[in-house]
Amino acid sequence: MKIQHLRFTCLLSDDIATFAGPPLSQTCEVSAVGTAHSLCLPQAGGTGGVTSELNPTVNSFQRKFVTEIKRCEEMERILGYLLREIKKSDIPLPEGEVNPVAPLPKHVMEQLQRLESELSEVTRNKEKLQKNLLELTEYTHMLQITRNFVQHSTEVGFEQTHYEEFPFLEKDSMMDYTSMQRLGAKLGFISGLIQQVKIEAFERMLWRVCKGYTILSYAEINECLQNPDTGEVTRSVVFLISYWGDQIGQKVKKICDCYHCHLYPYPSSNEERTDVVNGLRSRIQDLHTVLHRTEDYLRQVLNKASESVYTWVIQVKKMKAIYHILNLCSFDVTNKCLIAEVWCPVNDLSVLRKALEDCSRKSGATVPSFVNRIPSSDIPPTLIRTNKFTSGFQNIVDAYGVGSYREVNPAPYTIITFPFLFAVMFGDLGHGLIMSLFALWMVIYENDRKLKRSRNEFWNTFYDGRYIILMMGLFSIYTGLIYNDCFSKSLNIFGSSWSVRAMFAQDKKEMVNTNAFLTLDPNVTGVFNGPYPFGIDPIWNMASNRLTFLNSYKMKMSVILGIIHMTFGVVLGGINHIHFRKKFNLFLMLIPELLFLLFLFGYLVFMVVFKWLAFSAANSQAAPSILIHFINMFLMQGDTIPHLYSGQKTLQVFLLVIALLAVPVLLLGKPVYLYWLHKGQNRFGVYRVSVYHLILRRTSEEEMSLMRAHDMEEGSNHDSLTSSAESQSDEFDFADIFLHQSIHTIEYCLGCVSNTASYLRLWALSLAHAQLSEVLWAMVMRVGLRVGSRVGILFLVPVFGLFAVLTVSILLVMEGLSAFLHALRLHWVEFQNKFYSGAGTKFSPFAFSLIHTGFENDGLPL
Amino acid sequence: MVAHSLALPMICFTTLWGLVGIVAPIFVPKGPNRGVIITSLILTAVCCYLFWLIAILAQTNPLFGPQLKNETIWYLRYFWE
Repeated sequence: MKIQHLRFTCLLSDDIATFAGPPLSQTCEVSAVGTAHSLCLPQAGGTGGVTSELNPTVNSFQRKFVTEIKRCEEMERILGYLLREIKKSDIPLPEGEVNPVAPLPKHVMEQLQRLESELSEVTRNKEKLQKNLLELTEYTHMLQITRNFVQHSTEVGFEQTHYEEFPFLEKDSMMDYTSMQRLGAKLGFISGLIQQVKIEAFERMLWRVCKGYTILSYAEINECLQNPDTGEVTRSVVFLISYWGDQIGQKVKKICDCYHCHLYPYPSSNEERTDVVNGLRSRIQDLHTVLHRTEDYLRQVLNKASESVYTWVIQVKKMKAIYHILNLCSFDVTNKCLIAEVWCPVNDLSVLRKALEDCSRKSGATVPSFVNRIPSSDIPPTLIRTNKFTSGFQNIVDAYGVGSYREVNPAPYTIITFPFLFAVMFGDLGHGLIMSLFALWMVIYENDRKLKRSRNEFWNTFYDGRYIILMMGLFSIYTGLIYNDCFSKSLNIFGSSWSVRAMFAQDKKEMVNTNAFLTLDPNVTGVFNGPYPFGIDPIWNMASNRLTFLNSYKMKMSVILGIIHMTFGVVLGGINHIHFRKKFNLFLMLIPELLFLLFLFGYLVFMVVFKWLAFSAANSQAAPSILIHFINMFLMQGDTIPHLYSGQKTLQVFLLVIALLAVPVLLLGKPVYLYWLHKGQNRFGVYRVSVYHLILRRTSEEEMSLMRAHDMEEGSNHDSLTSSAESQSDEFDFADIFLHQSIHTIEYCLGCVSNTASYLRLWALSLAHAQLSEVLWAMVMRVGLRVGSRVGILFLVPVFGLFAVLTVSILLVMEGLSAFLHALRLHWVEFQNKFYSGAGTKFSPFAFSLIHTGFENDGLPL
Repeated sequence: MVAHSLALPMICFTTLWGLVGIVAPIFVPKGPNRGVIITSLILTAVCCYLFWLIAILAQTNPLFGPQLKNETIWYLRYFWE
């Protein structure tokens, strides 16, 4: 049986997006010897087959490979620094997919450390040089500008009232410094640069402190200088302070310090000044060349690094992942082997074995690594294999809950039903077309790197769901055709069935002229000529009582679709019962549930369709209200209203009675049956054991006991006494089971009613969408089309622009998200609570393909 | 206007979706995706056929007709017929 079990599941798990998850073997023990482990794990990781159990007892800091992980993080830090530098100098990084093998960490580390030291040294030098350059440039500016000061001040010496202290200046305008010195005046000069924003405060401070014993002249530098520390560009002002007296000089110096001025020595004579200027000029030139050379060298280094930086990042990531996983292993007794407990799919065991053999060979280990299956009572994680198309749908199912181990997976059905229900609510040909084209563009360019890994969260969400959006768009085109709604206008492909001519013959012209609204009567011959073959007749688009007809149609459609969807869910639950070999569930749960649902709500569907077919305009006066009939069915008042068909009363009573009888069967059947089983077992011993053991709370234990039961049937040597003792010790909690079953019954029965009503949101949202579309047309586009042709041609362009923007933002994005959400809710709640438990954990394997190879996640610049 | 029968569209679309849902699954090539593709084809056929069927059944026996403005009536009289 075990083999059969495996073979059966092999069939299923051959499918991508499996019907139910494949069996995961009970935990396997992977033993890796010595140095082989660093090679083995990559092999295993490459196949993507295993996931690890955590070693709960060992503290994460005591694990063996902590130093290695620290080293990897150090490397990541260096790589981050490298990337930042590369980005700063605008060197392009090579694009493209690289998949290097994870190497040993030592030589990568050395390379990186070398690079880092080189880079930091060169950058430091560069900064020093730049600082030097700044100083020299400032000095040059200062000298140039202060020369103007002196000349200027000697020319206009008369008007300055500041010059009271130096009365001789007024008299002799051609004075220069040498004569000052001859007079013995201790005139000192301080010159330098200060930031422009501070100059006024500086001036005020000087005036207050020195009380007029100083003269400040300043002028702006035209050029903007860059401060090398902060990198920002500041405007500076050159100033020249002439002061008299030593104490004043010290005060001035202190103030200059406060204001962070750059002071430079002031030359005392013109010759000295010119000498200094020339010297400065040559030094600046030299500095420029040196700086250029440094920058070139830096660029060279970075260029070389940029070629392999990508590879290094990925390699470091892989190494780090490997060491993390190795940390989860434990050492065995001899301390030479690493033992890891993993979950592995049964089908992949041979692949795993082969990978271990390969790497044992490659690493030349004396003892090969091997895999042991060990039995476990834990519930395995759930693995569902998906491809790029189905993964989106699997994700939206998993968002509600990952499926329990080996239960039916709703995702393959969601691929079609979810876009379909979305389209029922979205139903517009034009909007569906735009949506499909957008999704098609994303799908065609899905391998474009920029699209794949953008930083924008919204875009990533849309991109990941590109296949979902494509399906939604395609189905919306179909439902748009059926609703006959294209940007709120109808298409008349087949010719309308309603004839105006037959209704209003020549003599009724008067009636047409006087009445604003007239109704076509299908009773008159020739007015109605059969149903429109595909979709809703286009004449309804022009009718004022359009909503009366459409509402009735859409409400009934919603109820029909809802009941069929829910029945499908119940049937899937039945398949679950078969799979888990609980045949009694089929009779005690599936049948009563189906009876309840179909006999009541299925009958409602029948009545709706019957009314459509049996009643026409001829007997429209007698057309009954389905709702009244339905309510009367429950109240068993069949005689108050005329019959729909003969025998209706008896049929309804019959259906109602059966459906109501199904409820206690659902409520009590399973607990009573299990109780009976349990009692019977105790009395008659092991040989009475059927395939169904006692109900245990966890399915996997049941699987274990199933296999034990199989072993017994195969005639293995099990002591019958011990097994019955075992089964006795498994607790059978009748109260617990009864409680669960009663909750399930109430939930199911009440849920049937409320969920059926919940499907009416299909009607509500499609109505909202149609109305929004119509309002947009009438308020925006029609206004543009009504304007006369001369102005209209120009006016229509902005009007259409507005129409397009509003269509995309309101109707596509907002309504699209809304319909998406409601369709999702219908799946998660109304559909899945008929069969899905969703209490499993996801199988997250150690696989290199799952390690994010982008830079963003680690804070490294992209 | 144009007279439409119920039988012709019924036959057409039933065969169409029958082809999609019953015949096409036989010809799906073997591969890992075979199960998903067959499920999708069957479900598409069922959903689309059902949706179309509801639309046409709802219109076969209308209990009331459209109420039109008299300008629309004039237009329809002379342009659609």
